[in-house]
Amino acid sequence: MTAPLDREAIAERLAATGYVPDRDLATALALMQRLGRPLLLEGEAGVGKTEIAKALAEIHGTRLIRLQCWEGLDRAAALYEWNYQRQLLAIKAREGHDAKVVEAEIFSEAYLLERPLLAAIRQETAPVLLIDEIDRADEEFEAFLLELLSDFQVTIPELGTITATSVPHVILTSNATRELSDALRRRCLYHYVDYPAPDREARILLARLPAIDTALATQIARFLAKLRKEDLAKVPGVAESLDFAASLVGLADLREDPDAVRDALIALLKTREDRARLAPQVIARLVEASA
Amino acid sequence: MRPAPAAMPEIDVPAAIRGRLAGFVRSLRMNGFPVGLAESRDALAILAEADLARPAALMPSLRTLFASRPSDWERFPEIYAAYWRARRTGMRVTTSGASRTGGLDIRSWPGPQAKPAIEGVPDRVTRTDEAEDHAAESGDEAGSRRAGGSRVESLAHTDFRHLTDPAEIEAAHALAERLARRMRTRLVRRERIARRGRRIDLRRTLARAVEHGGEPIDLVRRRPRAKPLKLVILLDASGSMSVYSATFVRFMHGVLAGFARADAFVFHTRLIQVSQALRERDPVRAAERFALLAQGFGGGTRIGAALETFNRAYASRTLTSRTAVMIVSDGYDTGEPEVLAREMARLRRRARRVIWLNPMLGWRDYAPAARGMRAALPHVDLFAPAHDLASLAALEPELARL
Repeated sequence: MTAPLDREAIAERLAATGYVPDRDLATALALMQRLGRPLLLEGEAGVGKTEIAKALAEIHGTRLIRLQCWEGLDRAAALYEWNYQRQLLAIKAREGHDAKVVEAEIFSEAYLLERPLLAAIRQETAPVLLIDEIDRADEEFEAFLLELLSDFQVTIPELGTITATSVPHVILTSNATRELSDALRRRCLYHYVDYPAPDREARILLARLPAIDTALATQIARFLAKLRKEDLAKVPGVAESLDFAASLVGLADLREDPDAVRDALIALLKTREDRARLAPQVIARLVEASA
Repeated sequence: MRPAPAAMPEIDVPAAIRGRLAGFVRSLRMNGFPVGLAESRDALAILAEADLARPAALMPSLRTLFASRPSDWERFPEIYAAYWRARRTGMRVTTSGASRTGGLDIRSWPGPQAKPAIEGVPDRVTRTDEAEDHAAESGDEAGSRRAGGSRVESLAHTDFRHLTDPAEIEAAHALAERLARRMRTRLVRRERIARRGRRIDLRRTLARAVEHGGEPIDLVRRRPRAKPLKLVILLDASGSMSVYSATFVRFMHGVLAGFARADAFVFHTRLIQVSQALRERDPVRAAERFALLAQGFGGGTRIGAALETFNRAYASRTLTSRTAVMIVSDGYDTGEPEVLAREMARLRRRARRVIWLNPMLGWRDYAPAARGMRAALPHVDLFAPAHDLASLAALEPELARL
């Protein structure tokens, strides 16, 4: 494993990858490496939790292995599975051979399908393992995951125990659709990801959209901060604000072209209810207040 | 740079700082943070790291380590500041959102402060012994299907208002809880019997094929499991409901223990999520945590406003197409009925079913005349009484039909 980076270095490298971190997040990432514990990121949808894992993989120059959770996710889809079709073919093809030989053959590495969790512990260099939306998986899976995260070894009955060649950097994300178990929470370090503050959001826009005018980026960031305080069914996240800003690149001021702003709102407000609630006057007022 | 924690058994931190850290850990525990030995050790490791122990980085580092949920995350800076600044005066530091609001009336909750004489709620619940357990078990049966012993029988049909004997109250609470758990097991059994195969399960088929010398003769099939039912309970904790709320707290505790996916909220003038508190295994501790959260009621009930909060802040996360929403309230709303009607309509659109339990419906000659109740009724799928255990038991088939 490479030597752990300190907080400043992480902040610098994150910035170099185009991810604009807040200081506390850099601290959390430094700590996660130092203590060798998984990091649980919680926050609203669209605040950039998944982006954090991608950026972390980039600063370490390693692979990102992602496990997307869903209801009903089980070991076969998350850890490993035998390639049954090939096994059946092999049995047919070797009919008449010594049964022991055939068995040893079909339960060998060549017939093993690696799923994300197994892949993550068998890498040469420690990868970043992103377990996305853990709250969507069932509680039984959570318990199984806990076991894996504490010893980093997997037992495959036909093959034996596989111990991690390198301990991955584990990041879990949750949208809080379900309460996670206390055991999992205690196992993990925790960071709550909030919508970015206006100055940070402006920096994100500038980093991602180099063509954008600095004053406009600041204005859009302030506008977003005000918009998120309105009573919306679906609060726009960072991805939405990037789309919104991208469609306005070229302007110097939001007040310059109210029609363009109104058209660009489709990138931000995605339910009919929200569109109805924010009448043009309301938008005009928010724009005026953000100038 | 230091190596990974496994390689640093001895952590070089002065004794004075160790002591202060121990004090801080105590203060966190007092505030309900689940801090174990592993966390304390990691905290020492942080103090030994030059870059993390710097004043600007220490708070965020410890916060990442000790907090484990959004509410803790939010409270942490306050507790941190209070401890490290106030330590010289030796004051005890506890903060909680609820205690700041004041004006609490905790008597009707079986919380730590509740005295035995008040409202007949026992302050400590002793573990029911074997014999009582059996009595309660059969009483559960009585509540749902057939008649049991006479005492139990009478319990099932006694309005919660009329229970006065502490032992009787505890028995009723335990019954309510067991009833909630039983509902779950019945529902699950139904799902399993209904299961029939559609897709071939290769793993099992191959395992079976060994018996036939490798010929997959028996095909093992499977079908995706039916999605389990999800239940969201909203409990009215206003003054007018106080005689019933203690029982429903136990009912909710049972539901949360039994259902894989359930959420509980309590409302009076505000809406508070209580699922976490009620997930506590021990019912008495759960009720204590619940009482702490539910402090500060006493004003009027604003059902409409509470539902508005729910629809805005929680609905998108907690409601799915297989969610039943159960509202337990007497329908006395001090807010505008229009608001309640609008929010009920929004709720109805998102949830599979909306059930409204009104304890007063069990009273003789009661008609839902309260303005709020009338406004809400058009948007309710099932309007049922919930004044005694028999009426709670009658709900089970309704829930199974989802």
